Amino acid sequence: MVNHNPKLVVYFMMTQPDALIDKFLLKDPASFEKIYELYSESLFGVIHSVVHNQEVAEELLQDTFIKIWNNSDKYNPEKGRFFTWMLNIARNGAIDKTRSKDFKNQKKNHTAEYFVDILEAKGSFNTSVDAIGIRKYVEVLEPLCKKIIHFLFFQGYTQKETAEKLDIPLGTVKTRNRICIKKLRDIVGVV
Amino acid sequence: MKNSQTYIESGVLELFVYGTLPEKEMVEVAQDVSQDHELLQEVVEIENKLLHLAKAAAPSEPKGVSALREYLYNIKETKVIPLSRKRTPIITFIGWAAAFILLAGVGYLYTENSQLENRIVETERTLLLQESKTQIVETDLNKTKGLLNIIRKQDLITVPLGAQAIAPEAYASVYWDTQNGKAYIDVQGLPEPPEGKVYQVWSLTLEPLTPTSIGVLDQYDVAGNQIFELNNPNESEAFGITLEPEGGSASPTLEQLYTLGVVSAS
Repeated sequence: MVNHNPKLVVYFMMTQPDALIDKFLLKDPASFEKIYELYSESLFGVIHSVVHNQEVAEELLQDTFIKIWNNSDKYNPEKGRFFTWMLNIARNGAIDKTRSKDFKNQKKNHTAEYFVDILEAKGSFNTSVDAIGIRKYVEVLEPLCKKIIHFLFFQGYTQKETAEKLDIPLGTVKTRNRICIKKLRDIVGVV
Repeated sequence: MKNSQTYIESGVLELFVYGTLPEKEMVEVAQDVSQDHELLQEVVEIENKLLHLAKAAAPSEPKGVSALREYLYNIKETKVIPLSRKRTPIITFIGWAAAFILLAGVGYLYTENSQLENRIVETERTLLLQESKTQIVETDLNKTKGLLNIIRKQDLITVPLGAQAIAPEAYASVYWDTQNGKAYIDVQGLPEPPEGKVYQVWSLTLEPLTPTSIGVLDQYDVAGNQIFELNNPNESEAFGITLEPEGGSASPTLEQLYTLGVVSAS
């Protein structure tokens, strides 16, 4: 069991499903199921935006949650959020996959390039309230925002890597990203 | 921390939630966030937005947890009891099946074996019986052959002995080999002698009538050929058989004369 800083615990209690996380850290399968429910679809989105293949993404998602389960004792709240910890596992697993030989061989099957392509595809085939909300995500994001969020969040690039990739000054990556995320803020309120 | 707003505006909290800051910075920011409620609130908001965005980027709803459930619950057990546990029932089943088959096989073979042994013993017994029967038959046959050879001799005198008043059905024959002085008495036609009595064979000369005992048939055997070989060096003119007390008599008891025959002049 992780030795929680008492102050940290107080804060996390308010903002994360912390009782759930604590139980999960004690390898309680029922808590794990709850955590799966809460986070699996988001992590699925992250993984898919890296591998661009639904089948592979499904597999990787399962792997991710198995790793989360097996390594729960390695989560340290003093190094970041529980969500961030899971996000790293999902993202790293997906990136490793893209580097593997068998994955490179079947590259033809890859679908969308950016997460936004998925957003658009989903939006156009679906007329539910949810889909309308999704379309709003796409609409509010400028092309540069889409790219910044794509590299920083979905691909897990560092600021430096992102700056190089997008050919923008290193100092503006952080602030530009903040502006982009801020725009999402309004939508979340609606959705 | 008075400059929370500046902190937030720097955009570092987003990167903190992305998890893309260097590890040292991650720890620092985590520390700052834990001590500032404003920062924490901002972090929670960023996190929620990202959860939504990522969710929206999912191509579909992922499979339910049920696919993992088996793994989850298994993994707890497999840590304690390895795979072999699952295999055990099959192995046990095969083991028991093999043992049963073996046992059944042994049982079957045992029964089969003892049956065969019984049959061998029976066969051996039958064979022994058959052998002794054959021996008896052979002995009988030899005896009969011997008798036949005697009877076939050219100079053998055959004397039929006729029935007398005491036993009208009785008859006997004497085959007299004069050359060897042997007489063969065939008493098949005589009734079995009563207990304590024996037949006695007499050689008779007629002028005057003189009986000479040539033997007592004390080895009377109902099942046998009933032919007795006796020495007869006498100049016999007739033969008679009387029933006498055991051991025979010095002179014949004429009341007990069973058969009598005269040697025909040749």
